[in-house]
Amino acid sequence: QNEIGNGTKRPIARKYHLDAIPTIGTAVDKNSADFQENHERMVTLIDELKSKINTIVEGGGEKAKQKHLSRGKLLVRDRINHLLDPGSPFLEFSQLAAYNLYGKEEVPAGGIITGIGRVAGTECLIVGNDATVKGGSYYPITVKKHLRAQEIAAQNNLPCIYLVDSGGANLPRQADVFPDRDHFGRIFYNQAQMSAANISQIAVVMGSCTAGGAYVPAMADESIIVKGQGTIFLAGPPLVKAATGEEVSAEDLGGADLHCGKSGVTDYYATDDMHAVHLCRRIVRGLNKTKQPEVTVWEPEAPVLPAEDLYGIVGDNLMKTFDVREVIARIVDGSKFDEFKAMYGDSIITGFARIYGYPVGIVGNNGVLFAESALKCTHFIELCCKRKIPLVFLQNITGFMVGKDAEAGGIAKHGAKMVTAVACAKVPKFTVIIGGSYGAGNYGMCGRAYGPRFLYMWPNARISVMGGPQAAGVLAQITKDQRQREGKPWTEEEEKALKDPIIKRFEAEGSPYFSSARLWDDGVIDPADTRTVLGLSLSASLNAPIPETKFGVFRM
Amino acid sequence: LLSKRYASTAEPINKILIANRGEIACRVMRTARKMGIQTVAVYSDADRNSMHVAMADESYNIGPAASQLSYLDHNKVLEVARMSGAQAVHPGYGFLSENTEFAEQCQRDGVIFIGPPSSAIRDMGIKSTSKAIMSAAGVPVIEGYHGEDQTDAKLAEEAQKIGFPVMIKAVRGGGGKGMRIAMSEKEFKEQLESARREALKSFNNQEMLLEKYIATPRHVEVQVFGDQHGNYVYLFERDCSVQRRHQKIIEEAPAPGISEAVRRELGETAVKAARAVDYVGAGTVEFIMDAGQNFYFMEMNTRLQVEHPVTEMVTGADLVEWQIKVAAGEKLPMMQSELVLQGHAFEARIYAEDPDNNFMPGAGPLHHLSTPPADAATRIETGVRQGDEVSVHYDPMIAKLVVWADDRQSALRRLRSCLSEYNIVGLKTNVKFLSDLSCNEAFMEGKVHTDFIPQHHDELFRTHELPEHVLCQVALAMVLEERQQTRVHSLTTPDPFSPFSFGCGTRLNHKQKKTLELNSGDQKLSIVVTYNGLNDFTVTFDGKSHHVKGQMAPLDNELTCEVDGTITKAKVVMRGNTYHIFTKDGSYELSVPTPKFIEAAGDGVALSGAVAPMPGVIEKVAVAVGDKVAAGDPLIIMIAMKMEYVIRAHQDGVVEAVLYKAGDNVNKDAQLVKFVEEESDKKPAADEDD
Repeated sequence: QNEIGNGTKRPIARKYHLDAIPTIGTAVDKNSADFQENHERMVTLIDELKSKINTIVEGGGEKAKQKHLSRGKLLVRDRINHLLDPGSPFLEFSQLAAYNLYGKEEVPAGGIITGIGRVAGTECLIVGNDATVKGGSYYPITVKKHLRAQEIAAQNNLPCIYLVDSGGANLPRQADVFPDRDHFGRIFYNQAQMSAANISQIAVVMGSCTAGGAYVPAMADESIIVKGQGTIFLAGPPLVKAATGEEVSAEDLGGADLHCGKSGVTDYYATDDMHAVHLCRRIVRGLNKTKQPEVTVWEPEAPVLPAEDLYGIVGDNLMKTFDVREVIARIVDGSKFDEFKAMYGDSIITGFARIYGYPVGIVGNNGVLFAESALKCTHFIELCCKRKIPLVFLQNITGFMVGKDAEAGGIAKHGAKMVTAVACAKVPKFTVIIGGSYGAGNYGMCGRAYGPRFLYMWPNARISVMGGPQAAGVLAQITKDQRQREGKPWTEEEEKALKDPIIKRFEAEGSPYFSSARLWDDGVIDPADTRTVLGLSLSASLNAPIPETKFGVFRM
Repeated sequence: LLSKRYASTAEPINKILIANRGEIACRVMRTARKMGIQTVAVYSDADRNSMHVAMADESYNIGPAASQLSYLDHNKVLEVARMSGAQAVHPGYGFLSENTEFAEQCQRDGVIFIGPPSSAIRDMGIKSTSKAIMSAAGVPVIEGYHGEDQTDAKLAEEAQKIGFPVMIKAVRGGGGKGMRIAMSEKEFKEQLESARREALKSFNNQEMLLEKYIATPRHVEVQVFGDQHGNYVYLFERDCSVQRRHQKIIEEAPAPGISEAVRRELGETAVKAARAVDYVGAGTVEFIMDAGQNFYFMEMNTRLQVEHPVTEMVTGADLVEWQIKVAAGEKLPMMQSELVLQGHAFEARIYAEDPDNNFMPGAGPLHHLSTPPADAATRIETGVRQGDEVSVHYDPMIAKLVVWADDRQSALRRLRSCLSEYNIVGLKTNVKFLSDLSCNEAFMEGKVHTDFIPQHHDELFRTHELPEHVLCQVALAMVLEERQQTRVHSLTTPDPFSPFSFGCGTRLNHKQKKTLELNSGDQKLSIVVTYNGLNDFTVTFDGKSHHVKGQMAPLDNELTCEVDGTITKAKVVMRGNTYHIFTKDGSYELSVPTPKFIEAAGDGVALSGAVAPMPGVIEKVAVAVGDKVAAGDPLIIMIAMKMEYVIRAHQDGVVEAVLYKAGDNVNKDAQLVKFVEEESDKKPAADEDD
């Protein structure tokens, strides 16, 4: 029973109650009005999310789909499904990329599918162009999503598989696609860097790869091309004709026969998409890669409490508070949580648990951050870094405490300690925004800028420098003060006229859809999927060794 | 006279040698063990690890796989008897069981031959002699020609006299070998030659007899027993009418629709026949019976028959025990008045053969074998276990399934149920055919005769529609099987519990829809499985969706599948890329089609050569390198399952290479002859996966 796999065991001998881990969380009253209202509102949000995603996964619409299929090509999601091991999950990122981003132009999922799944037993990062969306061309957000996927691969040591089927850069938007550091060119820079770091780069050319795009297979460690479908050239037939007058077909200019037989640009010749997938799986099988997680692994247990309770506990009203322990109880193995410093700085909850058998240190908010909370959290992060235990941040934070007492107590320097600890921690960090994410609270709780390996949002979450009403209040106060200095009147109507658009704008820009469309996060998830998503993310992160952490100066 | 034939009467037998293999060897050993008698097995090189060897107290190797050099070698068998100190030899059926010389040799060596006196074997072994004896004893026989003049002209003349259709039979023949039917004068010569060729090969004697051929006759046989004290009994009749390739496939006792009067008449006639040759031991008198229940003597088998268990089931007698006791000089355990016919029994012979391909015998490994549980009313007589091989060298019978019940209908119901639990994967079998046969209306009514299978061909070979729940079952089995494999593999890695290895096909904020492409025979199926949760799927085909849940017990392959709230069970065995589904109402085979890129690799081979239709031994190579052949020309003659197969060219061409020579063993689908390719259509190196 205790022997699992290669020496991964349940800990030590059984010591009855001495080794029991406390279970947290309470069975909620599902009939309470509060619970029911929360539940109903959250379910509405989730339905909305899923209905949006169900449209997005259909890609560029029925017409484009039929055209694509009529050429004997597989749809990008089917390519990925066939490439993955049977039953393998696919941890997909940023499904909402480009959502309402380009006005009337719809670019579902940003025209590119990225995610992590198992191929021949190896967790790989897959990037697939969706040729049914604007011919798979690169919008600015497409580039950002591609680069983010490469960043994930580099951080987590995941072999990259590029399923290439793209017309290249979106020409009307070339200024936002081509010149800057984190633009198109960075894709190939990353390929070179990862290849150097022995992170395999595999390209499967299943459509066109023109101009800059030609470098994806050319820069790959190994590349496959599909006969009659894949083409690679620096300049396509029209450009060639314009430049030299030479008339040549796409297939003769850069097809599979040419590149496998003559040019040597590609290494494997596939007769169709399925064959290409088969060859790709063979390459991955031969990578000679084993995953050696640097953490102890226990046999997972499902949480004792059902995940669906989260809907009724959390709801969509950020003004209502809830105990983050109830959330933790519905995410971690067996709902078991070893809480650290339970009686100190209790606006932040810290403790150890397991998710799918992997150890994690969890930091969750139970209110505004005080000096004690910051100190406690810093201490806890130090422990996790020493022990190389991954950190999970459950972010629901309005910010650090303000006011005379707080400032006098040094909240700035104590907060800075927490921010330093979070910034320097080299263990894999995972952030889930389960409520509000405001101000410096976002920094301390490992917001995007603090390099979490993955960051997800719940559909009820909001992210902004401060709450809309607070921002409106601040601006109204400033205007009012100015008016008073000038001796001018300030009516309530004027105040409302000033505040309303600000509140409205903050509300819109703080929305997870707004955030996810711009890739400020890696995806909006159903709260009930949090455990699975964290488990998959943890598993992916453990492909890379966990480095030693060196902390900066903690101001004392 | 009797004591002269058996030098040592009433000598106790403590150790017997079983000069046979397979199920009958196991069958004899079971009774011997029950009687406290030690058992000695002999085995050929091919049988070293077989079940009969495992069952015996001691086992001796008697040579190579070919039975002529092992099981049929008198001297080797008797040498083992001497070495092991066995007082008696049980020959089983086939092999040495009806060999006069061997029986005589046993007598000379002072070893008891558990069987009739050699004189009875000889008398009954030569068909013409046996008929003459029977005729003289007042046993009804069929008109025919049993003469010594074997010229073509004489035989043709006699055939004319008897009137067509005429049956041509090898005088020394048996088991359908060296037997042909000439429907008209026109085809007489051809059939005669064919029969002679086969007889020469099988019995080293090509003497033929002719007899009137009775259309749609029944094959009814009577089990008789005699002891050394002149006592005879009959143990009632068996009906073995339903045959394919002139070999029995399903037998029953008693024969359906036979009156008590005819039954008694049959039995008494059979005893008369046995008495006429001073028969001792177990014997079977075969009769041919016409529609009016008139019966004629055909032949007497001087051995224990394959189908003896049905008689045991309806009489309660252990015929092997009787054989041993009689051989030891004891009196028959029961007299005629004590023998009572009780209930009804069926025996279905499970063969490695392909009913859809003219019952072509097969061979190969038994990757999966599970049987219904044996009990007082269910016997499974087999000589193989899961993992064993049905060898090309011997009879392709895998098992005999024997069931008993109070009446014929109940026994038949039981037979059907047991057949549904007889699950074999690895080679083609006739289980499904037997099951269809047992459901056939005419069969259920007992309207049996020897042409039953050809006459009911269309009903018996109907293709079964795939029921909806079976498609759901296979879809569920596939996703569960994939999950199981992923889990098992994952547990051996340093990261055993990663949620990536849970196999639940998780997709974020939407559901994975997976299309399963499957082939069932020529039918192409497309089934869409939607992963709703860990154990919750929607299975869609033909525009209809079903809610499917379930689990598979990994050890016994038992699938429990809930389809729209209805729970059914099935056995699912995956082998290679094929799923075998065994349900209560049939078995199904669904394969994952070979993708185009793999097929491309096989194309050239299939077109440019001739392949072995089944495993076997090359008998003769008819072509040489460089020969020009036309489509239909014989290329290779091979022997498999003791039958001759001619491999013919299916296209005109020039022989580039002959890949085997006479005497070589070949596997199924082995390429035998290669043709020069007409045009070199170069293809890119194709890939083949594991």
